[in-house]
Amino acid sequence: MGKETNPMATAGPIEGYLKVEPEVTVDGDTVTLDARGVYYRNLNAAVRAAFAEGAKTVNLRNVNGQRYIGNGVSGAGLRIEIDGVPGNDLAMFMDGPTVVVRGNAQDGVGNTMNAGTVYVHGDAGDVLGYGMRGGKVFVHGDVGYRVGIHMKAYENLVPIMCCGGKARDFFGEYMAGGVLVLLGHHTQFESQPLVGGFCGSGMHGGVIFLRGEVEPWQVGKECGIFTAGEEDMKTLRPVVEEWCSEFGEDPSAVMSGRFTKLVPVSHRPYGKLYTNM
Amino acid sequence: MATTFIQPEFKVEIDYDKCHKCGRCVQQCGWGVYDFNGRPIPDDSKCRACHRCVTFCPAHCITIKRNELVFRDSENWSPSLRKAVWQQSESGGVMLTSMGNDKPYQRIFDHLVLDACQVTNPSIDPLREPMELRTFIGCKPDKVEVEPNDEGGFRLKSGTGMENNIELATPLMFGGMSYGSVSLNVHKSLAMAASRLGITMNTGEGGLHADLYPYTDNVIVQCASGRFGVSADYLNRGVAIEIKVGQGAKPGIGGHLPGEKINREVSTTRMIPQGTDALSPAPHHDIYSIADLRQLIYSLKVASGNKPVGVKIAAVHNVAAIASGIVRAGADYVYLDGFKGGTGAAPQVIRDHVGIPIEIAIAVVDQRLRDEGIRNRASIIAAGSIRSSADMAKAIALGADAVAIGSAALIALGCHVCQSCHTGCCSWGITTQKPELTRRIDPEWGAERLVNLVNAWSHELQEILGALGVNAVESLRGSRERLRSLGLDEQTSQILGVKAAGL
Repeated sequence: MGKETNPMATAGPIEGYLKVEPEVTVDGDTVTLDARGVYYRNLNAAVRAAFAEGAKTVNLRNVNGQRYIGNGVSGAGLRIEIDGVPGNDLAMFMDGPTVVVRGNAQDGVGNTMNAGTVYVHGDAGDVLGYGMRGGKVFVHGDVGYRVGIHMKAYENLVPIMCCGGKARDFFGEYMAGGVLVLLGHHTQFESQPLVGGFCGSGMHGGVIFLRGEVEPWQVGKECGIFTAGEEDMKTLRPVVEEWCSEFGEDPSAVMSGRFTKLVPVSHRPYGKLYTNM
Repeated sequence: MATTFIQPEFKVEIDYDKCHKCGRCVQQCGWGVYDFNGRPIPDDSKCRACHRCVTFCPAHCITIKRNELVFRDSENWSPSLRKAVWQQSESGGVMLTSMGNDKPYQRIFDHLVLDACQVTNPSIDPLREPMELRTFIGCKPDKVEVEPNDEGGFRLKSGTGMENNIELATPLMFGGMSYGSVSLNVHKSLAMAASRLGITMNTGEGGLHADLYPYTDNVIVQCASGRFGVSADYLNRGVAIEIKVGQGAKPGIGGHLPGEKINREVSTTRMIPQGTDALSPAPHHDIYSIADLRQLIYSLKVASGNKPVGVKIAAVHNVAAIASGIVRAGADYVYLDGFKGGTGAAPQVIRDHVGIPIEIAIAVVDQRLRDEGIRNRASIIAAGSIRSSADMAKAIALGADAVAIGSAALIALGCHVCQSCHTGCCSWGITTQKPELTRRIDPEWGAERLVNLVNAWSHELQEILGALGVNAVESLRGSRERLRSLGLDEQTSQILGVKAAGL
């Protein structure tokens, strides 16, 4: 984030939230809400009310840790633009809208999400896309622990998550479906490994692409490690292109790297674990 | 070498003189016990003693007996332990079983007796006098505020905190059992019965099949660690949402629904691919603390338009402190599941050795919440082997607001507790997805049996209340003075807050 666009630079100290309605500005089908100091419940109620009254885009200014933004909101054409840092569980249970965060995001982005797109123009925290079964999450920078955990595909719903920086342990743990990509391209941790340990542990569906190499110790025993081939690049290219186009990066620079592919060795990793009484 | 050291547990005896040679036993058995060669020929090793063939034999000529092989006596090495060692040395596997803990632990409910009125205070006859069983589950206000109603009386002032309660006609719910572990016809039976009884059924962690949509005013939807079938639409359909953290039969353990049970319908309802294992992680990976639990509770409230949110945990050693945290996290009810609670599949070592009895859990949680002054903020649901109306009354007297039943409901539908749910071959059509077996339960028939059971228990509870001289279940709630212990050690009685009989 450049200094001039960082809302935190002007937000001042946290003064506590107030259970007041946010200041609303309406311009056609765009509604702008000033979230400064507004309690999360009032803020989310105002977002829902704006969409209920026909708004297509809701801009949230001065967001500072308010949770559950976009939670359970449905409608494919809707858009939420956030200036600031939204709180945990951004876009949880979301079904269709597009959320753009011009700042960092916290934990639980896209938790149990059904459809829609989230773009985070910064870094994000832990447990992104937990149980996500559709839609897309793009993060420009680094992410924390247990990202993409238990993502799952179902019929035509194939969740996609692309993180541009590096990730910590348990990336893609329990993964049951979808596409999870880690680029290691836009990171503040140059000297650290691309991904922590236990990557893809318990994986039984879907695919993980890592731009670079991983040591076998970093990868769960349920995964097979391959070099991405031409067919894989066909899956990968549109994902990388969308990430580049949103965050202003050069696709040829990103695609030129060598990608490692992780896929589960079994859809039934624990099928032989038990003996029936 | 013998392929196995393990001998059949049961003997299937057929009186061929009486046998009609009709082959019905062959057709009824889900385990493939019978071959037919002019007459049914049983393979004892496959028998699970579920009595499906016995029940449907028109000649009543089948008997299932224990295979009384004599071992040299050893109190230490029981025959079942010897068999377990053989089986594990043959397979290398974790022993998988189902239903509830079957070990001979002390059953505390059977050591508690209820009071009754004699001479000095009148008992009440519930057949002729009103007897209130209605129960409200959820957060109660700190104080009661009333306003005049139009009929010269008073009513609760609106907005004072009772709106978000679940109303039960009797203090009983059906506990969470997922579509996948049980069949769709079982789910339909439970939903129809709950709807007729004015109580609730619970989806378990398997999503909500569209066939249940007409009954959703009586359905609690569950959100567990695998998040199967959980979407904004699902959360908005139920009357409440339950976060399942743990289950009495397998505290601290996730779920593995085997790929064979994930057919097309189960796949649609869970929103997962067919044929892959459905793995529920052991913890919710967005809950590592009470603060995180609070985050999920309020997330679910935001997504559902402020529906009540309950939290289900297994009864474990530190249950009182955990329950206190759950209530402080904003839960509307705490569902305690004791260590005798049932399951569709669990490692035997966990089922039989982990957790504490529900009776203890109710008493310590109720006491802790009272001591901390937060008992009104959440209801307590007790489950984990409620076997009769007596257990229900005793659980309520110990401090539960209501009880939940799972095994008892399945027994009403024909379950014979053969503890083989995990095989997916249930001859009674309950814990299977095989169409030729699931069609054995007609939801209308199932609902009627469940309605009968719950109505009978409710009548019995009314009789108990009448004998106690109270006219509402509310007056029994947490009234441990109306219980006495019989044959419990002093410390257990003290923990239960119950005096010994005679005191």
